[in-house]
Amino acid sequence: MRNLFALLSGALFGAGLFISGMTDTTKVQGWLDVFGDWDPTLAFVMGGAMIPMAIAWIMSGRMRQPVVGGSFPALPKPEVDRRLVVGSVLFGMGWGLVGLCPGPALASLSYGGPGHWVFLVAMLAGMGLAVPIRLRFFTERAVSP
Amino acid sequence: MIEQDWIWGLAGGLLIGLAGAVFLLANGRIMGASGIIGGVVDGSGRSNLNERLIFIAGVVLMPVLLHPLFADVDTHITGNMVTIMIAGLLVGVGTRLANGCTSGHGVCGMSRLSLRGISATVFYILAGGLTVLVFRHILGLI
Repeated sequence: MRNLFALLSGALFGAGLFISGMTDTTKVQGWLDVFGDWDPTLAFVMGGAMIPMAIAWIMSGRMRQPVVGGSFPALPKPEVDRRLVVGSVLFGMGWGLVGLCPGPALASLSYGGPGHWVFLVAMLAGMGLAVPIRLRFFTERAVSP
Repeated sequence: MIEQDWIWGLAGGLLIGLAGAVFLLANGRIMGASGIIGGVVDGSGRSNLNERLIFIAGVVLMPVLLHPLFADVDTHITGNMVTIMIAGLLVGVGTRLANGCTSGHGVCGMSRLSLRGISATVFYILAGGLTVLVFRHILGLI
C-alpha cells in the first residue's frame, strides 16, 4: 500500500508541476523578475498547493496514525539556523539562474533535451557534495526537514 | 502572461497540494522533492528507498503521459550548459543544506505556518529575485 500511495502522490505531483507551467523556466524566472516582465503564475501555484496541504495538516492532527500505519513525521524545532539561511540563499541563486527547482527538474525530463539531464546530474552531484560541506562548515546538530 | 495561465497555475497547484496531502496522510511523510531525491543520493533514505524511487518515477513519468495532450507547452531552458551546471550544483547543495526546497519548505512548511518553512521561502525567493536582477538586467547573461 505504501508504494501505491507513493506512486499516486508522485503522479499527482508530476501532473501538477506540468499543468501549472512550473516546468516552463520562463514562468519561474518571470516570477522572480520583479524588475522585468513579472509573471504572477507561481503565486497561484503556491497558493493553490497550500490549500489541500493546510487541510491535510489539520486532518493529521486528528488522526492517530497515517493510513498505512507508523507515525506522522517528527517536526523540527522552530529555529532558523545558519545552515537554513545559507542553504536557501544558494538554492535561490541556482533557481534564479535557470528557473528549475528539484521537483520540476524531474517533471521536465519529459521535454527530452540535454539541458534537463545536465541540470539533473549537476543537482544530484550538489546533493552529494552537501554532505561533506555540512560536516565541514555546519557543526550544528542535524535538523530533519 | 497569457490570461488563462493563472487558472492552470491554480489547478496545478491544487494537484501539488493534493499530492502532499496523500503523502502525509497515507504514508506519514513530508513531500519534499529535495529530501526525497537527496535521501537516495546520500544514502540517508536507505530505510524507505522503494517509496522514494516510486515517488520519483511518478513525478518523471506523469508529464511524459500528459505531454501529447498539451501541444504548445515548452520548457524554454537555457542552452548554456555552464550556467545549467552551476545552477544545478547550487540547487543541489542549497536544498540539502537547507533541508528543503519549494515543495518541502514552500508548500508543506508554509501551509503549517512553520517558521523554518516561511524563512527558507523568503530567503530563496529574495536570492532568486536578486540573481535574476543581476544576471539578466545588469550583466545581461541570462
